[in-house]
Amino acid sequence: MSTPPPPSAAPQQQPPVLAGPGAGYASPIPVRRAHLGDALASEWTKIRTVRSTMWTLGVMILLMLGIGFAAAAAVSASDAEPPSGSDLLSLGFFGVLLGSICVITLGVLTIASEYGTGMIRTTMTACSSRNRVLAAKAIVFFGLVFVLTTLMAALVAVIQSAMVDSAGSPSGSAWFKATVGVGLFVALLGLLGLAVGTLVRHSAGAITIMIGLVLLPLVLALFMFASSLHSVRQALLEYSIPSQLIVLYGNSLGGGSGPTGWEPLWIVGGATVVALGAAFFTLNQRDV
Amino acid sequence: MIELDGLTKRFGTKTAVDHLTFSVRPGIITGFLGPNGAGKTTTMRMVLGLDNPTSGSVLIDGKRYDQLKDPLTYIGALLDAKAMHGGRSAYNHLLCLAQSNGIPKARVTEVLDTVGLTAVARKKAKGFSLGMGQRLGIAGALLGDPRILMFDEPVNGLDPEGIHWIRNLMKSLAAAGRTVFVSSHLMSEMALTADHLVVIGQGRLLADTSMADFIRNNSRSYVRLRSPQRERLLDVLHEAGITVVETGSGALEVDGGSAEQLGELAASHHLTLHELSPQQASLEEAFMRLTAESVEYHAHSDPHRTLEPGQAAEPHRAAEPHQAAAPESQPWGSSWQQKNRKGA
Repeated sequence: MSTPPPPSAAPQQQPPVLAGPGAGYASPIPVRRAHLGDALASEWTKIRTVRSTMWTLGVMILLMLGIGFAAAAAVSASDAEPPSGSDLLSLGFFGVLLGSICVITLGVLTIASEYGTGMIRTTMTACSSRNRVLAAKAIVFFGLVFVLTTLMAALVAVIQSAMVDSAGSPSGSAWFKATVGVGLFVALLGLLGLAVGTLVRHSAGAITIMIGLVLLPLVLALFMFASSLHSVRQALLEYSIPSQLIVLYGNSLGGGSGPTGWEPLWIVGGATVVALGAAFFTLNQRDV
Repeated sequence: MIELDGLTKRFGTKTAVDHLTFSVRPGIITGFLGPNGAGKTTTMRMVLGLDNPTSGSVLIDGKRYDQLKDPLTYIGALLDAKAMHGGRSAYNHLLCLAQSNGIPKARVTEVLDTVGLTAVARKKAKGFSLGMGQRLGIAGALLGDPRILMFDEPVNGLDPEGIHWIRNLMKSLAAAGRTVFVSSHLMSEMALTADHLVVIGQGRLLADTSMADFIRNNSRSYVRLRSPQRERLLDVLHEAGITVVETGSGALEVDGGSAEQLGELAASHHLTLHELSPQQASLEEAFMRLTAESVEYHAHSDPHRTLEPGQAAEPHRAAEPHQAAAPESQPWGSSWQQKNRKGA
């Protein structure tokens, strides 16, 4: 069916040389091979040039600062005996918990908004390696959220320790866990949102799933009064996301038999790695 | 150069693209034509690696799409004008695309200037009209100054000025030696721009030919006659053994006749003619005849009507695409009346 190519088309059948002669048209623009660094620069431009980033991260900062400030003010105004050093740090917990919802939203939006707007087709056309696209998104998002959350957690902790008289000052490792540990935990949670967003490809759906995942286990546990459900209730209390977050502050919701120390990071990190693996796999299998 | 070899795509049981084999050559504009749902967009998506083919392959300058390290410098594509984040400004949209391929930043302002969007470079894309969105999409396609350009229905919804601009742009791109592959469902548009034509219907290749050949083989010429003495003229033509087609508007059409011969025939019988004009059937009609069997979504109840263009009642004039698809000989609703009668 195809017509024979005209004589002028013959040179095109040779393996093409980048911007070389005889290729029909040679661009004067310098060409070099693109790599992951280029994808990172591109994703950084993308994440900083949409308003949803400013909104979600702005609200997160306000929540962490506002709730942290209010908690410190309430504690310092009460007549109860001054909190211990580690209890002092846990004042930051509620702000971080609510702030993590913003981070999850941003994580989902980082990829799902591209599906919603159709930008994903342009992105995948511009970068033929889908792995590189998802890796660049994950790295840029994780880096941004980790740095911001850690800085904010540290700032809030400093403000709170200045406002509240405590019975002793927290240890260096407690400080480290309540800042860098919390930053890692929240950033991993956001990365889980990004993975779920890649799998679901729908912003509202993925955000709902993630918020359900964070809040539902604890809410369910509150209503499990039957004794036959006791072990389930205990597991939900110990391994729900808020319970794991509070472990990083040296506290516990489930009575201390659940994860301790740095374990919450391993648990959430494991879940994120599994979800990201599934995201990479399906992204390569599916049509865009 | 784009080479398709046995390219096939199935969605479940439906075959969207069925063993397409053709190549798109540099230096000319290749038109990719087919009715709605023929598989044009699916084919283009497979060229860009967005859809994985069920079988077969497509090569861009001899490489698979996922082997291209900086795809924008090989092939620029406009699939749909709204494939961008509406909250990002035109400049930033192009900037993130340029960065992902290591294209210098200066090129962004350059393409914005080429498509005439410099004034709105900092405006959000969601406020753009269809034409502006189309221009921004084209700017993205030109960003890497690629050797191959692919546009899917680029003139859809554009005003005449925008259509004119895109036509000239495609011509200048091809003249510079680039490969230009453009899809459309409008034959008239292709006739004005394309040098080569690939026609598909229901995913299958129907024609792969040069535009000139297609016109020569598919255009039907006829002579249109109009006379106040219509009945006498009909008799005279019948006597001369000439087949006449009557159109609704009172004109007569003679297939393959020459205007000179018909004029002399009328003069010898002292008939007054108000019109004697040689006509070329539109390419649109030829295209419809070619794809009639493969049109997927028929607008009327009997899909076989358009299969036989010689069917008497169907007027043989240069039809608009939609006119011929609608049954004109019967008034609207006649089939309903028939059904009612059957029911009663």
